[in-house]
Amino acid sequence: MTRLAAFALVGSLLLAVVACSERSQVVNYKQGSYQGKPDTPPYQNAPYNGDKAAWERAVATRAQAQNEYKRTN
Amino acid sequence: MRFLCDIERCIDCNACAVACKNENEVPWGINRRRVVTLNQGEAGEKSVSVACMHCTDAPCIAVCPVSCIYQTPEGVVLHNKDVCIGCGYCFYACPFGAPQFPQTSAFGVRGKMDKCTFCAGGPEKDGSPEEFAKYGRNRLSEGKLPACAEMCSTKALLGGDGDVISEIYRNRVTMRAARGSRSGPPWGWDSAYGAPQAASAPAPASAPAPAPAPAAPGGKS
Repeated sequence: MTRLAAFALVGSLLLAVVACSERSQVVNYKQGSYQGKPDTPPYQNAPYNGDKAAWERAVATRAQAQNEYKRTN
Repeated sequence: MRFLCDIERCIDCNACAVACKNENEVPWGINRRRVVTLNQGEAGEKSVSVACMHCTDAPCIAVCPVSCIYQTPEGVVLHNKDVCIGCGYCFYACPFGAPQFPQTSAFGVRGKMDKCTFCAGGPEKDGSPEEFAKYGRNRLSEGKLPACAEMCSTKALLGGDGDVISEIYRNRVTMRAARGSRSGPPWGWDSAYGAPQAASAPAPASAPAPAPAPAAPGGKS
């Protein structure tokens, strides 16, 4: 009887917390379903030749040209 | 990678659409980017530049029956024209009407889907003539941003990494709030740039002009 009560207690506790789980809000896209030719990253070829950090710096610097408060003041 | 259009600044000049057409040599009848004006002709009308928004969970990818649309790790949604069958499902799924279909012959026969590539080309060798012919310029591989955003005359259209452009926009909104606005309608110069007289307090006529500040004011943090 005690064992049954323990099982019931554990079961009810599990049932109580089952709604606490949350699925990830961030979408992780998987390339698997794409049927076409593979594409290369934008930093793969010249002039960056695989240097991702340099490409990211270049794009970030370029983006700041859109900020007129930093461009003209 | 994201686009953000500041509707307080967009003046419906269509420079973004022209820049896109010119940069990518987009064929006649295709508009990868267009400017939509809401309440046109009424006081306070708003314009917004619309193209593919490169959705994180893009519905066009989900509905494509031949799975020719993909998303790069940089967050750009691209497609492969060799696989596209021109069915038009992506057009129905897209909430922005971004996918476009060229009319290849009489009787409304559709060609392969064409859409904004964020100036990132497609699944061909970067910068190759084949890539240009199918998808347009690959400015991203050159470390440049989309031509529409870089060409925008009022900097209403921002393009680039989401964190960077949101920071630019946040800075802009803060500057607007700091400059305040004159009494008047809630649109126009003040809502786009802040009141001009509040931006720099005019010196009294009798007082000597202050020495120029060594650092630029505001927005430099």
